[in-house]
Order: sequence, then C-alpha cells, then structure tokens
Amino acid sequence: MSDVLVSTYRPGSTLLHRLPAGPKLGLLALYGVVTVVATGPWSAAGFLAFSLVLVAWVRIPWRVALRPLRPLLLVVVLVTAFQVWQKGWPTAVHVVGDLLALFVAAMVFTATTRIDAMLDAIVRGLGPFRRVGVKPEKIALAFSLMIGAIPGVMTIARETREAAKARGLERSPRALLVRMAIRTVAHAYDTGAALHARGIGDD
Amino acid sequence: MSSTTTRRRPARGLSTTDLALVATFAALIAVCSILPAISTASGTPFTLQMFAIFLAGATLGATRSFLAVVLYLAVGTAGLPIFSQGAAGPATWAGATGGYLLAFPLAALLVGLAAARVARGNPTRFVLVVSVVAAVVTIVVVGALGTLGMAWRLDVSLKVAWGYATPFFVYDIIKGVLAAVVAASVHRAFPQLSARR
Repeated sequence: MSDVLVSTYRPGSTLLHRLPAGPKLGLLALYGVVTVVATGPWSAAGFLAFSLVLVAWVRIPWRVALRPLRPLLLVVVLVTAFQVWQKGWPTAVHVVGDLLALFVAAMVFTATTRIDAMLDAIVRGLGPFRRVGVKPEKIALAFSLMIGAIPGVMTIARETREAAKARGLERSPRALLVRMAIRTVAHAYDTGAALHARGIGDD
Repeated sequence: MSSTTTRRRPARGLSTTDLALVATFAALIAVCSILPAISTASGTPFTLQMFAIFLAGATLGATRSFLAVVLYLAVGTAGLPIFSQGAAGPATWAGATGGYLLAFPLAALLVGLAAARVARGNPTRFVLVVSVVAAVVTIVVVGALGTLGMAWRLDVSLKVAWGYATPFFVYDIIKGVLAAVVAASVHRAFPQLSARR
C-alpha cells in the first residue's frame, strides 16, 4: 500500500519548473478561462496541441503525464459518443478537446510544482486575511499535521482490516469502521496532547 | 508566531486539540479516498471517501468538519495524490467531477450542523437524524453540484448529467447511514467531542 502515494512531481529546470507556484497557478486559471471563452473545434484542437507541447517542453515522461487520464478515459469515450450522436463532430471535439487540454495542462502544473511550494503559496496568499481572524501559521501547521498523519491513519486502516479479517469480520463493515474511527479519533487526541506538551498551537 | 495585535477575534479560535482533530480527519478522508475500493456485487467500486466526509461531519460538527474537508481539498489540489483513484492537483477540478469536490465541504458542514444538535441526546435519534440529513444532502447538495459540474464540463443537458449522478445516490445514502452509526459509537467513546464550549 506504500506505493499508493506516488507524487507526480518531476524535478527539472525548465522555465515552468522555476516559475513560482502562485503566478503559475494564476496562468493555469487564465488558461482555463481562455478555453471556456474560445469555442469551436479548431480552438479546442489547438489548445490540446498546446498542452501536449507543454508536456514535451517540461520533459516529463508521457507515461507520467497521461497516467492520470486513465480514470477520465471512460467519461471521454462516453461523452464523445454522446456528443457525436446528439450534436455532431464539431461539438464533440470542442467539448472533449477543451476538457483534455485543461486536464493535461493541470497535470503539467502538478508535475512541475513541488507540493510544499504550492502549500507555501497558499499560506502566503492567505496573509491578507489575517485581519479577519485567519492565522496563516496555523494553516501551515495544519498542512504539515495532516500530511504527517496520513501514514498513521493508513496503518490504522490496514491493521483494522487485518484484525477484522483474522476474526472473520470482514463481512461486518460496522465492526470494522467503528474500530477505525475510534482509533483515528484517539490518534488525533494523542497528536493534540503532544502538540500541547510542546507548547505549539494554543496562544 | 507573534500575533499580539489580535484584539478581537470572531468567537474563539481552534484549540490545539481541534487542530489535531481537523488534520487527522483530513488524513482519514485522504486514506479513505485512495484505499483500494471494496468491490460490490454490482461491480461498482465502493470507496469510503463519502463515508469519511459524512463521518467527519457527524463526529466533529460543522466548523471542524468543514475545515477538515477544505484542508483535504487544499493538500490534494497542491499535488498530493489523495483524490479518488489517486488523482491530484488542479486537474481534478478541471475534470468532469469538479462539482463533487465543491460539494464535499458543504456536505460535511450541513451534516455537522445537524449532528451537533443531536450529539448529546439519544443515540437512536442521533443515527436517525444524521442518516436522514446525509441522505438529503447526498441528493440536494452532492447530486446537484455534481450534476452542474458535469453538465458544464461535458456540455450535456442538466437532465443527462443528472442521469449520470443518480446511480451513486444509493451507495452514498448507505454510506451516510454507516457514518451515522459509526459516529454514534465514536460519541459514546469520546463524549468530549460534543462537549459544549
């Protein structure tokens, strides 16, 4: 189960890698707006070609860039068929082309942006909201607490599953889930106590 | 960490324990989203994502569960592959299911509002109220926002998109009942979760 959390980030030194996360996200959002505003099959095909050029430019392996498309594949096939039947080829190309173009561009964003750089950008972006009670340093702490908690919760989930199996309870979701939930809450209280002991969090 | 000028704060901020609960439940939602799906008789993959979101609401109440889901969405959007099927990043918002992501925090918030009102009462009543609210939220909030997202991204009519959304209702309503039952046990084990503050 440890191979579940494989990040799509690929180190590199292209301009897109070096661009700060905040402005890069802004560019991605702008690209999203442009794909919505521009209609027609030709612009959609152009956007998709542009996104694929981005993949080639940042030199991430095609396998890495396109693997996240797998869950989307069924939807794409169904929607293409539906749109061709209902409204003809041009609409199908327009809808599916735009969808894929933006999706691939967003994958390029994720592949060229370190997760912590992105989280830092969020914390920085929330700075101006300090006046209305938002505490960016608390949010930064929440980010690291959550990421740190994932392996522990994963272990709880796996152990619960194994314990339930050993007792032949795998058919009883209630027994399994109650145990998982209670151990998770206990884990949270332990974390809270540990933070408290270190004087972190409360002011 | 020198916030010496916070003269007035809207209500009381989150305590350290609250912060730990929010972060741990965000992690639970992440784990439940990427755990291998339990295959059901009909072949539809049954992930625990929606269960975890309802459980957060039913256990933590409105504010903390809303923050837990927002935290999960933020870290997933930042690139940690914790969205369903190991997806990550802004791409998930751009895809056909972006409406669902938007619905998640609202679902936790509404279930949390209801759960907080009945958490200190009779467990049977708690299970009943939370199950019903989760079922209503499944259709009115999750189903509706999911439909709007699909209709917009796939350029299909609302009726067609609603047709795509409906097969999931039964599963999500079951997950809501399960979350209510489990949360009732959690409240019994940790009465401090719903302590009046």
